[in-house]
Amino acid sequence: MSALDWLYLLAHQLSISLLAVGGAVTLAPQLHRYLVDGQAWLSEAQFSAAITLAQAAPGPNVLFVAVLGWQIGGAFGAVATMAGILLPSSVLTLALARWSSRRRDSRELRAFTGGLAPLTVALLLSTGWLLAEPARAHLGAMALVAGSAFASWRFRLSPLWLIAAGALVGALGFA
Amino acid sequence: MTDPADHAAVAGAGPRGLTQLFWAFSWMSLQGFGGVMAVVQRELVEKRGWLGNQAFIEDWAVAQVMPGPNVCNLALMFGDRHFGWRGAVTALAGLLALPLALLIALATLYGSLAGHAEAAGALRGMGAVAAGLIAGTSFKLLAGLRRHPLGFTLVLAFAAAAFGALALLRWPLFVIVLGLGGAAWWLTWRRLRREV
Repeated sequence: MSALDWLYLLAHQLSISLLAVGGAVTLAPQLHRYLVDGQAWLSEAQFSAAITLAQAAPGPNVLFVAVLGWQIGGAFGAVATMAGILLPSSVLTLALARWSSRRRDSRELRAFTGGLAPLTVALLLSTGWLLAEPARAHLGAMALVAGSAFASWRFRLSPLWLIAAGALVGALGFA
Repeated sequence: MTDPADHAAVAGAGPRGLTQLFWAFSWMSLQGFGGVMAVVQRELVEKRGWLGNQAFIEDWAVAQVMPGPNVCNLALMFGDRHFGWRGAVTALAGLLALPLALLIALATLYGSLAGHAEAAGALRGMGAVAAGLIAGTSFKLLAGLRRHPLGFTLVLAFAAAAFGALALLRWPLFVIVLGLGGAAWWLTWRRLRREV
């Protein structure tokens, strides 16, 4: 990673920050496109590991971005990727919270949330699709994907139990 | 600055200083397996009474609408309200710092274990579950859109188009968000206007 590479990475992070309309995990396909497909700074396994660990561990899932940065370039990478992805959206949020005197329930706001909802569905599904790639080779892994999707859709299970079950099944060699 | 009347219900209640703010958010974040927001609601509103429930719901709506992680936006707004930009940064730091340290430790640990079949298998298993959980969330969200102003058919059409463009065609995100997202927002706005 040269200095110019870091600059490009930071610029990329800053540019996608405002696109995180369904939460941070919806940025995963774009990050994959840039970091794995485009620049080849990370492998598929590293990318998948970053998201999985961030999901399993406590704290906001956006931290997967920091793990990606860590994998690319240690502590510096983690800070650069996180700062880049959080700065624009944070500044915008604070600006709006401070200077907006409009009622929160305006038509524009409802149109915004409503209008973006179908997109958020697609973004989430795309991320799930992307993450399920390594599982396509194993029937057991695909069963885990389908099972967890169904379970989280229909039931109110704590994700921790499902993740623990997945770890066990995987460790035993069934996935 | 924000209107104090919005939060008159809990005027005077809040973190005593930046240190307490940092530790409160750290504590909430470390309990947040799979979703810090629920923990934040429980702690800020119910246990500490630092935020009224109605105010929480309003803040949550704004945090959700603005780009960026919901819970991070909420932390920023809450911290800013009490201590200005320093509060915003402190609250966000509380939310991210300790969990990040833990996560890096986990990633490093995994890195050293990656050669072992069990560890690699466990991560594959967890990855499969993570994929399923995220897909499940999208199904839940879709199910809730049945009475969307655009009508369910149009919702499905937009979602399918966006999914195809993003997951299959691998188009860049900004094209999809601005293009399809913008179109969906504009159409929704028009449908809502006709309701008035």
